[in-house]
Formats: sequence, structure tokens, C-alpha cells
Amino acid sequence: MPYIVLDWLAEHVDLPEGLGAEQLAADLVRVGLEEEEIHAAAVTGPLVVGRVLELVAEPQKNGKTINWCQVDVGTHNVEGVDGAPATPRGIVCGAHNFGVGDLVVVALPGTVLPGPFAIASRKTYGHVSDGMICSTTELGLGDDSDGIIVLGRDLLHGRTDLEPGQDAVELLGLGDEVLEINVTPDRGYCFSYRGVAREFAHSTGVSFTDPGMPGTAPPSSTPDGFPVVIDDRAPIHGLVGCDRFVTRVVRGIDPTAPSPAWMQRRLTGSGMRPISLTVDVTNYVMLDLGQPLHAYDLAGLAAPIVVRRARAGERLTTLDDVDRALDPQDLLITDSPDEDASRVLGLAGVMGGASTEVTDRTTDVLVEAAHFDPVSVARTARRHKLPSEAAKRFERGVDPRLAGVAAQRVVDLLVELGGGTADAAVSDVDTVPGVEPIEFRVSEVERLTSLDVDEARVRSILEEIGCTVGDTPGIGVVRVTVPTWRPDLVGPAHLVEEVARLVGYDEIPSVLPPAPAGRGLTRTQQLRRSVARSLAEAGYVETLSYPFVDPAQHDALRLAADDPRRRALRLANPLAGDRPEMRTSLLGTLLETLRRNLGRGNDDVALYEIGRVTCPEAGAPVAPQLPGGVRPTEDQLAVLAAAVPAQPRRVAGVVAGNADPRGWWGPGRAGDWTDALAGARLVADRVGVDVIVSSDTDHAPWHPGRCARLSLVDGTVVGHAGELHPKALENLGLPARTVAFEVDLDVLLDAVEAEPFAARPVSTFPAAKEDLALVVEESVPADQVRQALVDGAGDLLEHVELFDVFRGEQLGEGRKSLAFALRLRAADRTLSADEVVEVRRAAVAAAQEQTGATLRA
Amino acid sequence: MSTDTTPGVPSPTDESALDAAVATALDEIAAADSLDALKSVKVAHTGDKSPLALANRQIGGLEPKDKAVAGKLVGPRRGRVAKALASRQVELEAERDERVLVEEAVDVTLPVARRAVGARHPLETLQEQVADFFVAMGWEIAEGPEVEAEWFNFDALNFGPDHPARQMQDTFFVEGSSEVEGAADALAGLVLRTHTSPVQARTLLERDLPVYIACPGKVFRTDELDATHTPVFHQVEGLAIDKGLTMAHLKGTLDHFARAMFGPEARTRLRPSFFPFTEPSAEMDLWFPQKKGGAGWIEWGGCGMVNPNVLLAAGIDPAEYSGFAFGMGIERTLMLRHAIADMHDMVEGDVRFSAQFGMGI
Repeated sequence: MPYIVLDWLAEHVDLPEGLGAEQLAADLVRVGLEEEEIHAAAVTGPLVVGRVLELVAEPQKNGKTINWCQVDVGTHNVEGVDGAPATPRGIVCGAHNFGVGDLVVVALPGTVLPGPFAIASRKTYGHVSDGMICSTTELGLGDDSDGIIVLGRDLLHGRTDLEPGQDAVELLGLGDEVLEINVTPDRGYCFSYRGVAREFAHSTGVSFTDPGMPGTAPPSSTPDGFPVVIDDRAPIHGLVGCDRFVTRVVRGIDPTAPSPAWMQRRLTGSGMRPISLTVDVTNYVMLDLGQPLHAYDLAGLAAPIVVRRARAGERLTTLDDVDRALDPQDLLITDSPDEDASRVLGLAGVMGGASTEVTDRTTDVLVEAAHFDPVSVARTARRHKLPSEAAKRFERGVDPRLAGVAAQRVVDLLVELGGGTADAAVSDVDTVPGVEPIEFRVSEVERLTSLDVDEARVRSILEEIGCTVGDTPGIGVVRVTVPTWRPDLVGPAHLVEEVARLVGYDEIPSVLPPAPAGRGLTRTQQLRRSVARSLAEAGYVETLSYPFVDPAQHDALRLAADDPRRRALRLANPLAGDRPEMRTSLLGTLLETLRRNLGRGNDDVALYEIGRVTCPEAGAPVAPQLPGGVRPTEDQLAVLAAAVPAQPRRVAGVVAGNADPRGWWGPGRAGDWTDALAGARLVADRVGVDVIVSSDTDHAPWHPGRCARLSLVDGTVVGHAGELHPKALENLGLPARTVAFEVDLDVLLDAVEAEPFAARPVSTFPAAKEDLALVVEESVPADQVRQALVDGAGDLLEHVELFDVFRGEQLGEGRKSLAFALRLRAADRTLSADEVVEVRRAAVAAAQEQTGATLRA
Repeated sequence: MSTDTTPGVPSPTDESALDAAVATALDEIAAADSLDALKSVKVAHTGDKSPLALANRQIGGLEPKDKAVAGKLVGPRRGRVAKALASRQVELEAERDERVLVEEAVDVTLPVARRAVGARHPLETLQEQVADFFVAMGWEIAEGPEVEAEWFNFDALNFGPDHPARQMQDTFFVEGSSEVEGAADALAGLVLRTHTSPVQARTLLERDLPVYIACPGKVFRTDELDATHTPVFHQVEGLAIDKGLTMAHLKGTLDHFARAMFGPEARTRLRPSFFPFTEPSAEMDLWFPQKKGGAGWIEWGGCGMVNPNVLLAAGIDPAEYSGFAFGMGIERTLMLRHAIADMHDMVEGDVRFSAQFGMGI
């Protein structure tokens, strides 16, 4: 994001005396430019220019060779004792890319480099090193080189006025406090000093001179201008990719002329490295005005320049030395050495090619200042992963009226600083459409913001941001033509924002809207909360896990090849390549959370998670691409609905180790299948839905003999609970006997009766209690016996409870005794002894008939 | 008159002998230091063989004139002894009870957690608290899918097809199904929702106006997990569409919300910003006294007046209705409130993290 050097900003706007970066940030944030960071002065203390007088290479025992240098640092040389002449400083340096006579940057003791890294005299390799010779990395000027900076070669090219002892902090622009700001996508024009200066003026009311609208208009096209043809045969969204293309020619530039120190300092402060006069000038004008520019070596160009889309199979080596395959949607700048448009020069608005790059022998340049379709540039920049400075600006919208002005600035600077001569010939292909005015009802400001702003103020604010406010087409309505640098202002709401932010968002009152007649949480929402709370109160800890899974997990969980849980939604761009699937069950990711906990020494763990799973349906339609701003038809909405996969909410729980803790009272109780089933039943209970439990001998990843299936009365399966399969646990690296449940919460919630149930009256007549021990075959489920007793006992049975299961020799092999306690009661009378006997007999008879049970003697 | 006297047994008419027997009894009762001792004393002084019982028995053999005298002498004395016994009995029982309670004392500092203790995840609890806040204002809680159609996540919210947020760097896209012809290599037109805002579009299509809803929920971005980022996180979305709603109502709602989350001293400010689905748009900053490096404003969420294009996408006339929308990060809110420094703690599911919060926050 853009960096702001204060004295550069001051070229366009009256900065108050003594304004610091912090105050600047505070002023800019009020109008919507957010502070990213304040970069403090990069270097403090005595950083100076030095000349290497002597350099002795000294090989070391560790295999390294160090250089013992004597460096002349002018007035900072070591003072002689008793009138002896000052002597150069002795400095040890490990790099080898410099030599005697080179001008280098020396950090003397007392200097603080970025890091912060304080420099002091120190003993090393048998010498006292009295400072440090610096690299670009050490100065925070970039991280691409660890080599020593040689001034005039690596930085400050061609400068002849450098003297040992000179202050390098000022010279290299390392002493400035720089504000870095964030620019939202609608404010492309703030990627320039021009734009930021305007915003500063809006915020503070100081006077602003727009460098984008100079007093003298730039020259218009001449017949002898460099030939340019726009030939876009595949416009994106019907918009020709280039609607403005200005060229100017400057000849006879001194290729050795350096860019001036002030320009290098400002560029460095703004985050760009100085390179050469021509490149520095185009970068400088781009940062200043916001117009990306390109300079070609005129000698290498063959007219005409043609702007066209790439052809299949074309390639280009860009300035960054990457050879790229071009896409037919890429907009190109080409020239015509063989035939028209035969040679690719660059990706329009993104990056130039290597072939016509300006070099240290270039004397004649062609300057391009153009305007490209933001969408086209954005797509190319993304396709080639080239978020260049130019692309960043074009994507966000560049002022199409700026090209001529910017080209003129470049020409002026090259003439002034490089000794060149400008051609009178100008080409300017200009098909920029006019801006349609917006009819703006002034009362919209108050309707949307409650700010009471009269028409005169609205007019003056809109004019301040650069709008032309035309005649009133009706009472309270003005016709607003927005400035060319604000393509984001497309409707009345946008103008309201402009007025509001210039008046100040702080002026908007704070008023609570009147309370609507709400209906509170839905029953479903309340029940979900109740489930979550109940499980936590029952000893489970709630966790959340990412829904991304590795398909190998299906195998670890032993899911069958045709298990529907293997049908998962796949992400096109997963974060982790091995986790491309969206989970189809909660249990898998919950078990991973369990393993993490056990691995961290949390021994007795009960976890639960409530979350969605994704269950894509075979043959679901692709979600249609529909335009925004228009309500889709009912048919379109139906397709959208069908395309979005079902995402039921589930609740899963898992217990490993003790379910009841051990303590001074005795050993704990290890969690077992009953805990898992109790957890699942608790969920159903809280929702208030009856579930039927039966055994399920074939449901991965559960133990085939210790898995309960929970179903609704109508047979719909709602979940499973029990001990997990030993092999699955082994696959997942989890302890044996870990138990778990997973329940489909949405199915349960759908089964909730909409109507409140009718409560039974409480009988106050005495109860009769009967205990029964029934012997059945081992294979008979206890609940079947209980159900038989309920059937047989009839309406007088108030409560039945299984209180003991007994196995023993006296019963015989393969048999068990189930002891039930029955509580009988009538609503309207005390039961007679005969009635009780009869109920008991009928209950036993039903159990005998349905389950083969016999009454235990 | 001869009286048949047994040694040690006072004559029922001998007042001083009777008094001496009573005195002995009372002394022994007072001296009894346990219930067992008192029991022996009781036998010795009120049992059949006790001096007063024996004296009493002799009354039957006395001359009639002496009977009345002896009766008046012996009866009350036996009463005094019985009363003293009873009251000593009460005293000793009270002493015993007190001693037993002391003996039964336990060490109340022993651990008592005999049942496993569970906990809610604070992100879930905070979402419930946020929902309660809005419900208390009369709003309702809306929901929507996490795997969402691109149209709802982007187009309906005025993100054009070339908006940077739609590109691969932020959004999880869903692969086309290999079972649908021609879709195998393409995308399914689905994304993991990048914000809770698609619920705005769904709400406006499904509900009658006016609408006042909040939507806490899970969202997804392609950020690697680190101390301050997580690919899966939570937001709360707010949306109010009615006649006559302005940015002042937005401000009022957010101020109220900030105070509910951060206490009565909480302050907020709006500053201009940009979101495709709001215009005017604003960032909402919160004054945060505990900010690292000194009190200051920190970003809490984005908001604005609903963009007319969003209303049009739901078939609503923007000239008649207006409204506001906002979104805040739940993780950020929790981190600020509880000084949580590292995102890992909130996403890893370590029981030690949730346990600190218990059932609430």
C-alpha cells in the first residue's frame, strides 16, 4: 500500500508546520484513508559516506576470508594524538564485492540500523573494527542483496558530488518518518500523492493545488505522432481494453545522467529503488500523479504500436526475466518489425517486456501513458501473478484524462534532468467516453444519514471533491457530473457518502431504532441451545473443529466402499492438499480433536461438537451464474436452492478414559458404551423426541456388538452410539474402548411436535409395587421384555424399571434373569389385591408369549 | 412403737435420714460424667433396691397415722431425685451429641469433584450472548448455509464477477461434480461462504419487510492458521431494513452493542470505508483502553447503509426502503474481551481452554 513522504505531499497541499506522520494519519483516517503503519526513521546516528583506502584480505582458520579495510570517513576519521594527523577508520568486512577507491556507506559506532541494530566498536578477527560497511539489507533498502553498496554503482548512480564523511542518512532518505496507508478498492486515485493531497485538503480544509490539472493543457495529437493502433477484437464485457494511448518522444538524453538526490530520496522513502534517470522519472510521476507510465528505447521500436489481445501460443519474457505463455484474454502492447503487431512488447498495464527495455546506452525514449480496462488488467495480473505497481493502479481505476498531463511531466523532467529534447510530435488516441451526470436529490443525504445539510453545502462539498454540479432539473435535485478520477461514484448513495464523510461521520447522531415486534428465538434455536448446555452439564467439553478432511480418513474409520459418507464435497483450492473434502460426519474431526487432547496429556476426556456436515446429492445442478442487482426468477431461485447441498446439523460426543473421575473416594469409572448411549439419549431427551434403540451390528466405525442405533418411531435413523471398533481405534491411534455417539440434530428437531402435548393428571391414589424376575435366553434384548411387560400390564402400569441383570449356574447356560420393578396405580381408585394379581399375571403372560420369558422361581 | 429398720435404709419417717439419702443421690447424679454412669446412679437411687424405694416400700407397714406423714416426706424427695436425674440426662445427652458431631467432622478442603465437569466453547457461548442481545432489542436470529451459492455470497451483494474478493486468494471454491456431465473439471458455482452477509440476501428474499435480523455463524477464508488468522472463524451479521432507517440508527445500534460487549464505558467511532454491499460504508472502531502499547482505537467491524443494488437483487424498492448492515468478528471480540493472544487456543479444541470458561463467559 502507498507510502507517504511528507515533504513530497507538501508539494500539492499546504501542510501545517511541524506536521508529523501520526497527525497526518489521524487527519487521513477521518476521510477514509486508514493507517497501515508509521515507518520510523530507518537509521539514526552517524551513517556516512566512506572511501576505501586500503583493503587487506586475511584468510581465517574457519575457512572464511575477511577484509581488513582502512576507510576514509572525512571529518569522522580518528583524531590524531598530540597534533598528529587524523587517521582513517579500520573496519573488518566479510563481503568481497568492493575494492580500494570505492565509495561505501559506513555505519560508525553509535549508529542504529533497522532491526534495531546498534553499531559499536568491537574486537573481531584480531582487529578492533571501528564501524560497519553496509549492504542494502542492513539499511532496510531491500532484501535482495547481501553485498556491500558501492555508491555510484549500486545507489546514487553517476553522482560525482559525494565526499567521505558526508551524512548518508539524508543522502539515502533514511531519516524520514514515512506513513503507509491502506487504500480501499474504490479509491484508486489515492495511490498517488495527488489523491492523498486532495484527501488531506478535504480532511483539514487547507488549500490544495491539483497537479493533475495544470494551468497549461498538454499538447494534443499531431499528424506526425508515433503511429498507434488500438485493435481489440475480443473486448471483455464489451469494453475495448484501451481507450487512451498517449506517446511522447524525448531524444538525446545523457544515458549516464543520474536522477537527482531529492528524487532518489523520495523514491526510496516511498518504497521504490532508484534505478536510472528514465526509469526513476516514470516511477516518480506515477507515484506523484497515479498514472502508470512506460519508457521504451525508441531505437528498438518499429511503428506502428498496436494494442491487441494475445494470440494462442504467443510468449513474452517480461522485465522480471520470466518467460510467460500468454492467454488470448491478455491485452498486449506490440510493435511491427515484420508486419503489423508482429512483436510483443509487453502486457498492457501490467509489465513491459525485456526486449525494448531502457538500458544504460539509451538516448532516445518513447514515453507511453495509456488507460486500460480495469477488468482486463486485473485478470492478466492475476493470471500471471504480477501485482505490479501499474496493475495495482489500473485495476482500481486510473483517471483517463491524466495521460497527457503525466506524459508531459515525464518529458519535462527528462529534458530538465537528462538534457534531452522533446519532439513536437505527439500521438494521443482518445476514445474515453464522457461521464453521464447523476440526478441527485439533495434530501437523500438526510434520508440515509440523518445529517441536515442544505443544498448550498451539498453543492460546495461535491465541487470540492471535483464534481461539476449542474443546473437544477427540479426542486431539491441537482445534476452531478463526477470527476474522471472517481469512477467509483456511480449513484446517489455514493454521493451521499461523499457528503457525509466530508461533513464528518462523527457529526451523525447516535439513535437506537424503535424496537420491532420480534418473536424471540425459534423453538429450534432454543432446543439447540438446550442440547449444547445439557451435554456440557453432563460432563462433556464443547470443542470446534475444522470441517476439512483427508479422504484417507474414510478408510481409517473402515467405511464400506459404498458408504454414503464417502460421497463428499471437494474443494477446488483446499488449504492443505491432503484435506480437500468437506466432512460428511462430525465424528472424524472430533476424534482428531480427541487425539490432540490425549497427546497433550489430558487423560480423561469427554468431548462434544455441534456443527454442520455437508451431504452432496448425486446429480445436483451447478449453481447458475446470475447477475447482481436483479431479483432472480422463482425458477432461478429453485435451481440455486437445488445446487446448494444439504448441510444438516449434527451433534457428536466421544469419551476416552474415565467417565467418572477417580479420587480419594476410590477408583474412577471407565467410560463405556452406556456413557455414549446415555449421551445420545440425553440429546433426544432434551429435544423432546422419543427414540427407539436397537442394536446395529454393521455400522462403521462402531464395534459390531456394542453399537446402538437410535431411530424415530417411524423408523428414521437419527444416529448411533456405543463403543468404537478396536481396529478403527488402532488406525486412528486412539485408546481401546473409546466410545462415541453421533446424532442428526436436524432430524430430531424436525420430529418435534408442533402442538404442545396434553399433560396427564397426577393420581393421588396409593400405588401397588410388584417386583418380577424373568428368565430369558441371552439373545433376547432387555427392552423387548420390558416392552412386553408394558403391553401386558396395560393402563394400570405407571412405571417399570429394570433393576437387575443376573446370570448364574442355576439359570443354565445362555440364560439371564431380568428383574423389573413395576409400579401400578389407577387414576380413580385404590387398586384391589385381585386387580394387582391380575395385572401381574397379564404382564408375565405377555412376556412369556413375546419373549419366551419364565418367571424365576 | 418399734420400727423395723434395715441398715442403710432410712426410715420413711426420719426426715433427716431421708434428706441425707436425697443429698447422696443428688451428689452422685451431679457427679455422673457419662450417660452410662448416670444409668448406674439411676439404678442406685431410683431402682427397687435404692434407699428411697425401700423407704417407700416400708410406708405400707406403718401405723396409719404415720403413713400420711411418711407419704408426704418420701414422695416429694423421690420426685426431686427423678427430676435431677432427668435434667442430668438431658445435659449429658447434649454433651454426647456435641462430642459426636465434633468427632464426625470432615476435612472440607478435600476435593469433591466426583463427577466429570464439562464446559461450553466460549465462541459458542459468545454467539449465544450476542444473539440474546439482539433478541432483547426485538430482532430475530437468521441462519443460512455454510456451503453457499456464489450468487448469494457475491453477486447478490454487489460483488461483480471481477471483484478481487471473488478470486482464488481468499475464497474456498467447490469442485464440480464428476457425476454431472461437463461439470467434472469446472467449479460447482459454490463457495464456502466468506462472510455471513449472504444471509442478508436470503433474508431479504424470504422474509417480509420490515426486517431486523442478526446472524451469528461460521465463515471461511483461505488463510493459514497462525496467531491472528484462522481459515474457519465466526462473524455476527446484522441487517435492518425498514422505512426511514438512517446511519444514525446504525450508529445507535452499534454503540448499544459495543456497550453490551465491552461495558458502559465503551466508545465507538465510524470512519469512511468501502464494501460493495453498503453505501455509504464505514469501519467501526472501538476505543480499547487495554490496547498493547497504550489505549487506542482498534477495528471491530465493517458496516454501512445497504447498497441499493442489494435491495434490488431482492426485489425491494430502494426509494421506499432503506437500512443498514454490519458484521463483526466473534473471535476478535472474544480475544479483546479475554486478552487471548493466540488464535490456536480457540481452534484446537484443547479442553483446558474451554474449561476456563465453564458454562458462560
